[in-house]
Amino acid sequence: MFYRETGVLKTTYAKDMELFPIPLDKAGFVVVMVLAFFVIPLVSSHYMLVSIFIPFLVFSLAALGLNILTGYAGQLSLGHAGFMAVGAYATVVMYNRYDVPIPVALLGSGLITAAVGSVFGLPSLRIKGFYLAVSTLAAQLIIEWVITHVKWISGGVYSTIDIRALEFMGWQIDTAAEKYQFALIFVVIMAFFAKNVVRSRIGRAWMSIRDMDVASEIIGISQFKYKMLAFAVSSFYAGVAGGLLVAFYYGSANIEEFHLLVSFQILGMVIIGGMGSVLGSFLGAGFIVLLPIFINLTISFVNHRIVDLSKVFTLDLIANVENMIFGALIIFFLAVEPFGLARLWNTIKDYLRLWPFPY
Amino acid sequence: MSETLLFALELTISGLLVGLMYSLVALGFVLIYKASGVFNFAQGDMTFLAALALASFVVKIPLWISLIVVLAIMLILAMAVERIVLKPLVARPPLVLFMATIGVAFFLQGLAQGIWGTQPRGLELGLADQTYDVAGMFISNMDILGAVVAGILLIALVWFFQKTKTGRALRAVSDDHEAALAVGIPLRKAWGITWAIAGIVAIVAGALWGSRVGVQASLALLALKALPVLIIGGIDSIPGAILGGLIIGAAENLAEGLIGPAVGGGIKNFFPYLLALIVLAVRPYGLFGREIIERV
Repeated sequence: MFYRETGVLKTTYAKDMELFPIPLDKAGFVVVMVLAFFVIPLVSSHYMLVSIFIPFLVFSLAALGLNILTGYAGQLSLGHAGFMAVGAYATVVMYNRYDVPIPVALLGSGLITAAVGSVFGLPSLRIKGFYLAVSTLAAQLIIEWVITHVKWISGGVYSTIDIRALEFMGWQIDTAAEKYQFALIFVVIMAFFAKNVVRSRIGRAWMSIRDMDVASEIIGISQFKYKMLAFAVSSFYAGVAGGLLVAFYYGSANIEEFHLLVSFQILGMVIIGGMGSVLGSFLGAGFIVLLPIFINLTISFVNHRIVDLSKVFTLDLIANVENMIFGALIIFFLAVEPFGLARLWNTIKDYLRLWPFPY
Repeated sequence: MSETLLFALELTISGLLVGLMYSLVALGFVLIYKASGVFNFAQGDMTFLAALALASFVVKIPLWISLIVVLAIMLILAMAVERIVLKPLVARPPLVLFMATIGVAFFLQGLAQGIWGTQPRGLELGLADQTYDVAGMFISNMDILGAVVAGILLIALVWFFQKTKTGRALRAVSDDHEAALAVGIPLRKAWGITWAIAGIVAIVAGALWGSRVGVQASLALLALKALPVLIIGGIDSIPGAILGGLIIGAAENLAEGLIGPAVGGGIKNFFPYLLALIVLAVRPYGLFGREIIERV
């Protein structure tokens, strides 16, 4: 009734290929952007911004990167936390030591990460599937070792580098709201870029590799070029996400924050959100960021209002329930909704198309 | 013998014995992969669960009863995984199944620590740790026990897969799910059996590892050590898992002992992966892995 495509007359090819062909979509997008840019920083508390919105943005970007590689190009990577670490340290080193302006430092560290990612993507030309997954695991471990053992990067084993006060062309980025807005600009631009890349020739080439690499090679799609491109673009996103994570969230680069488990979490975001969907990366990231907070809130709610949990269950069980729910949810989503939250969103849209007269 | 050579030999031998332990974990992976085409990331956490359960039972009841109890737990686990995880995911791409096992891994780790606590435990198998002096090198009796058990397990498994009807059925399932169903092999039963066997391997590996290094969450990370073993040996080869484990064990020990001091140490963590990458460059399916010919 309210959401429909009919009546939208497209007269040029350019109009047909628009990102938002339906006026309502366009209006909806503008509303979301206004909400995200101006309303959220105004109405949400410091805690909300710092512990929900900023990590949500950063991890969305990381998930988007992995989704490009896994969801679109079909190459599995278990080393994305390592790539994020590369971006994180590159940002801090550039910004702290060489006074590179922070946006340039972020993009530059993205490029450095893209180079590193391409190197570790090289095995994908010869191996696939689980063998590839393991070789990207190697990337994670080798990166961790290099960062902790090369003094020039990290200052030695176990060291953390704090990033100095954020400032860009005289603008002191010190409140949570400013950090949030700054990160948001990056995320929006890069999400747009991703959305357009996957609808381009490059995106189609990736999808053909994902669906059947032998066939796509036969019809003349260069496996070398597009696999390397997928790794480069994907790790570019991971690198920028790592830089943002350090600059706007943690405030310091610490290798412990880029543990292998983070790689799995990002993978979880991609699966739960929906493979091969830009929107899905955001939904998945939101889900995984909110999940622990939600579980903790539920536990404390039950504790205070209903029954003292420590009398019923042991403390160990309560402390570990988060892992269990995380694992169970991954299985649940794979079984019930293999295309993730993004597909759920499409189902809702389909339903609204006919609502309230579904005949 | 010169000093360095003796040192290298000692490193190799102790590495080989540790490598056998890696082989045990890798064996669990290979079994499940061979029989269901699933890369089971939860093998490390199954090992951890088995070790933790054993460690907590063995202080209260005799060893053999606790072994039986843990065996029952692993069998129930295998059935549950088959029923809850694998059944809804039949005929899905292998990647999806792989990710599901990551979910299982998280769940099991939470479950194990939730029930038995997060503090590290020791695991006493009632065996005093003795070291023997063999031609100037020290070898622990725990290592020898591990080697013997691994050897027996290997022979038993090879016999099972080559000679028994069930074993052959499992191999057929791994070749082609649908063809196996068509000739009347009960797919779900086959998967249940496979996971049960992998659970038994997890108990053996968990008991041996746990008694050596103690039982704690880092035991689950053993799975990561088994991955390069699989790559080198080939993901679907039982002898490959054993040989791969030996190679990795010896190589990482040698690398840490001989190259490590020069570059600041800690290379033991990633050296196996580096080795695996080199092997992959030459043989993309590992040393013994079956080459898959793809057709459009």
